[in-house]
Amino acid sequence: MAIFILKRVGLALITLWILSVIVFFVGQVLPGDPGRAILGPLAAPSAVHALDQTLGTNRPVLTQYWSWISHFVRGDMGKSYSYQTAVAPLVIKALGNSLKLAAVAFVIVVPLGIFGGVWAALAAGKPRDRIISVVGLSSTVIPELVSGIVLILVFGIALNVLPISATAPPGASIPTQLDHLILPAIPLVLILFGYIEQMARAGTIEALNSDYARTAVLKGLPRRTLIRRHILRNSLLPTITVVATQVGYLIGGLVVVETLFRYQGIGSLIVTAANGKDFPMLEAGILVIGVAYMVATLVADILYSLLNPRIRYQAAE
Amino acid sequence: MSIDAMPVESAGAVKSGQYELRGEMLRDLLRSKTFRVGAAILLFWIIAAVLGSTLVPQGPYAQNLNAINQAPSAAHWFGTDQLGRDMFARVIVGARDILIVAPLATLLGTVLGTALGLMMGYFRGRTDDVISRFVEAFLALPVVIIGILGVVALGPSNGTVIAVIGVIFTPLIARTVRSAVLLERELDYVAAARLRGEGALYIMFVEILPNVLSPIMVEFTVRLGYAVFAIVTLTFLGFGIQPPSPNWGLDIATNYGVVAAGYWWEVLFDALAIATLVVAVNLVANSIEQVIEP
Repeated sequence: MAIFILKRVGLALITLWILSVIVFFVGQVLPGDPGRAILGPLAAPSAVHALDQTLGTNRPVLTQYWSWISHFVRGDMGKSYSYQTAVAPLVIKALGNSLKLAAVAFVIVVPLGIFGGVWAALAAGKPRDRIISVVGLSSTVIPELVSGIVLILVFGIALNVLPISATAPPGASIPTQLDHLILPAIPLVLILFGYIEQMARAGTIEALNSDYARTAVLKGLPRRTLIRRHILRNSLLPTITVVATQVGYLIGGLVVVETLFRYQGIGSLIVTAANGKDFPMLEAGILVIGVAYMVATLVADILYSLLNPRIRYQAAE
Repeated sequence: MSIDAMPVESAGAVKSGQYELRGEMLRDLLRSKTFRVGAAILLFWIIAAVLGSTLVPQGPYAQNLNAINQAPSAAHWFGTDQLGRDMFARVIVGARDILIVAPLATLLGTVLGTALGLMMGYFRGRTDDVISRFVEAFLALPVVIIGILGVVALGPSNGTVIAVIGVIFTPLIARTVRSAVLLERELDYVAAARLRGEGALYIMFVEILPNVLSPIMVEFTVRLGYAVFAIVTLTFLGFGIQPPSPNWGLDIATNYGVVAAGYWWEVLFDALAIATLVVAVNLVANSIEQVIEP
């Protein structure tokens, strides 16, 4: 088991290193001269040169990369160009906000998706199954932008029952904060519901068709016990992995949802940084998202292998 | 993409059988209700994109400052925006931009991804390992984030969006092609070609490629849906085509500020247009997938 985890962590670290190289080169090197990019095409060459000097962007690329990444792993993400303060506290605060929003979405969608999938599978081929599948499929393909707009128009403006800004007033109580987060969470829930529902459905159908399920039925086990003890445990296995891989989609969705609902999370931080050509903040934000995604995938892999010994032994061989 | 246009000569003995199969697929496709609904909506937007401003009473750029923020009426079916421009015209003409950018971006990704996937699957070993690692690092980021990174590096424009989405799709498509090639390369016809002394490039593109076209076509249609999704998102965030061009994502971003004042029509119809296009592409993709890989 230890070998398996070590192997996975090692692979994740290599992937992260490659990611850091990609992010750094695309963010820092491709735009050409950062001083010029910030000051615009009309600025005097001397001013551009002076700014490059201050930012340290006129040093050799490898030196720049080394100083960036070696500071980064120690928690120093550099200084924001536009805010003139350290990037790390801004990124951490934004990440915290995003996690709050993501948590609300997950708490709603995971039970809903699993329940929907199992419930559909128990009526496989019948109208109930088809309705749930169609709802799942269509909610998954509609962009968060569209569902977000419609939700704002219906619940925020026409019915006026929920706030259209995700940001609660400072010092607001937890229920008030939740009130502000429900509407923004729904587009994320809609995107994820289909994936989780489909996995849970497929897993359940497979379990239902298995020999052990038939044995359980034949030995007279009540249907309720059969589902709880034999079916759920096996059908949830693939679902766990899907939930973790959805973290990527979730973060992508956060970018739009946070912009739409004016919420200061990691997604809107990246958009702000990109529009303001704030390269240190942009790179830090993106790398942090990469780390979050890798951690989620890693946890899913480990959890999966804990629940399914076959994988563990294969990997150790 | 026409199914009949595929070269089948190199498949040798199975030639005629395969050809019949493809004709049958087309018939199945046309019989599928999902496909017909999706294709009808898609056709509507294609006509809107091609004919554009000839279909609408006012031009999408024509401002009328005496009639700003007008609710939908007989004169302005979808109302007017903050500059008094007709929203109906902007929604109809707005189809052109996305229907050019999305297919081009997907095509670019499909071509690059197919080449990369053929190489990974055919050479395996070290080439495959190194490329796979890069692909994995790439996939650790959501599409929209990579898109933002690319657009920042290259500047916002339609060309950038096409390049960025194309490059993002490359590893995704490569992964699918790779697994198909891994199966094909073990077959006798590949061994025969190798014994004949054909080069690797010839075997990859002339022998293997025609036999992995089905999964590639499925990938293309599925990715097209994602492309519309990603492009709409990027333009909404301000990283695509710039104002005053009529574009659904861009118009939502521009008019979103006045929604709280009750001018719902300035964003709703754009949102619905996006929804119908995305759903249509996905319906078509789903039915093609079902016919090719039942």
